[in-house]
Amino acid sequence: MTRPLLEIRGVETFYGHNQALHGVDLDVREGEIVTMIGANGAGKSTLMMTICGVNKATRGSIHFDGTPIHLIPPHEIIRLGISLSPEGRRIFPRMTVFENLQLGTAAIGPAHFDEDVQKIFALFPILERRQSQRAGTLSGGEQQMLAIGRALMGRPRLLLLDEPSLGLAPLIARQIFDTLKELNKNRGLTVFLVEQNANHALKLAAKGHVLVNGRITLSGTGEELLTHPDVKAAYLGGGAR
Amino acid sequence: MDYLAQQLINGLTLGSIYGLIAIGYTMVYGIIGMINFAHGDVFMVGSFVSLICILLFGITGSTDIVIGIGILMIVAVIAMAISGVYGWTIERLAYRPLRGSFRLAPLITAIGVSIFLQNFVQETQGARVKPLQALFAGGFTLHEGTEFTVRITYMQILIVLLTIALMAGFSLLISRTSLGRAQRACEQDLKMTQLLGIDVDRTISMTFVIGAMLAAVAGLMYLLYYGVIDFFIGFSAGVKAFTAAVLGGIGSLPGAMIGGVLIGLIEVLFAAYFSSEYKDVAAFSMLIIVLIFMPQGLLGRPEIEKV
Ligand SMILES: Nc1ncnc2c1ncn2[C@@H]1O[C@H](COP(=O)(O)OP(=O)(O)OP(=O)(O)O)[C@@H](O)[C@H]1O
Ligand SMILES: [Mg+2]
Repeated sequence: MTRPLLEIRGVETFYGHNQALHGVDLDVREGEIVTMIGANGAGKSTLMMTICGVNKATRGSIHFDGTPIHLIPPHEIIRLGISLSPEGRRIFPRMTVFENLQLGTAAIGPAHFDEDVQKIFALFPILERRQSQRAGTLSGGEQQMLAIGRALMGRPRLLLLDEPSLGLAPLIARQIFDTLKELNKNRGLTVFLVEQNANHALKLAAKGHVLVNGRITLSGTGEELLTHPDVKAAYLGGGAR
Repeated sequence: MDYLAQQLINGLTLGSIYGLIAIGYTMVYGIIGMINFAHGDVFMVGSFVSLICILLFGITGSTDIVIGIGILMIVAVIAMAISGVYGWTIERLAYRPLRGSFRLAPLITAIGVSIFLQNFVQETQGARVKPLQALFAGGFTLHEGTEFTVRITYMQILIVLLTIALMAGFSLLISRTSLGRAQRACEQDLKMTQLLGIDVDRTISMTFVIGAMLAAVAGLMYLLYYGVIDFFIGFSAGVKAFTAAVLGGIGSLPGAMIGGVLIGLIEVLFAAYFSSEYKDVAAFSMLIIVLIFMPQGLLGRPEIEKV
């Protein structure tokens, strides 16, 4: 079997003396959607930030397409072909929607901008209508679309999404998951997704992992996890019913 | 009335100089939240480089005005280049190693750098004031009053026009280029900017370089306008430009420009109607008043969010 696109081995991450990740192992293969679910404070965002190099792994290694990325600064990691749509969206509120999308190409240069921005507008038509509006004035769902659009503008080989459905109406969340599925099918986009909305996220995924207190306690196909009693009880809210 | 009109012209000229310096304070503050107290001394270095170049090129009061202005533009470019190197070096050596340490640390090194630059120029150039003979002394008479004549000198026109051109170019840089976008992104969310693949260290370096370049042109203008400089001019001009940045709303670029003009006007009007001995006091009191009653300034955001 070929080497995975993203290969995480024994990663431990600390905040001061508090250990947030206790040896995480995880693979994401080219063309896959991989989902990780976990409760508040499990360490999901920490893992995302560790992949991107904002938090440094104290132990363990992370390889992207064979390159050891746990040793290099964030902007260099991103330039290798990783985009993140972070927790809380983090769009630039005092810039226009259009400028936010322009910033999305910072890692690759503006050569494909015109072509790609049309694709984003086709995916999220509302962004086209709001393009000269300040991003901070968008609704939460629109901001989430912008964050994902901005991440896609970087033509990533690996798209990292930290709770893309957070705070969204179920309909909008579903729309975003459908979009991801489509991008994965039609363009072969590789996605690593972190979610609390376990139901949607696991349906989408080829593989799923459960993170508890900084450790992966359960792994399997999306289907397997959806029907696993522990997952049902803890994350799908269906255990008791 | 005529007297007032004259003061307004003078204030506008002086305010242009302060506005150009103020941009450097406000940009650096906007992005990394520190006051670069050595900025006034970079302005002073720019002024000295300009003086040396003018003497080397041999421009005098009798040089043809068109040729003279052409050469001054070359002087400005050289001063910008050399001051830019100073700005870059200061950030690299004195501030970057301290990023992420406690807030007061870079402030202390900033004061250290400021003292170093003053002593360096004092040692190498001497402590005495350096005069420059007046270049292109002429001007236009705008209004011939009975007791007072309103004039605008060629030099004032040059200063104001050059300032407008620089500010226009600078605004375009900030609003249209990818560097400007990266700078605004850094100002809003430094970490997210990194996560887009932008080298924020480089963006911060460029911010210092651009600020230093604008200050260098201000240094040239100051030299041309007053005709004397010494190693200490960076202090008072620096505090006034800093006041301008605070008055306009620290972090706001249009605020820095407007604040600069206002501080120039306040200083000139105070000198004209009250006391020219105490004109510096007027500007400094303004700083205190603004800090107490209007810390967010004219165009500043009430709460500057930092991530
Ligand atoms: N900057 C920080 N400083 C100290 N501790 C932190 C910091 N960020 C996160 N932590 C701690 O690390 C642990 C993991 O946090 P993390 O944000 O990764 O959780 P999460 O799984 O993303 O949670 P959520 O679903 O609520 O977003 C938590 O215990 C949290 O308190
Ligand atoms: Mg999180």
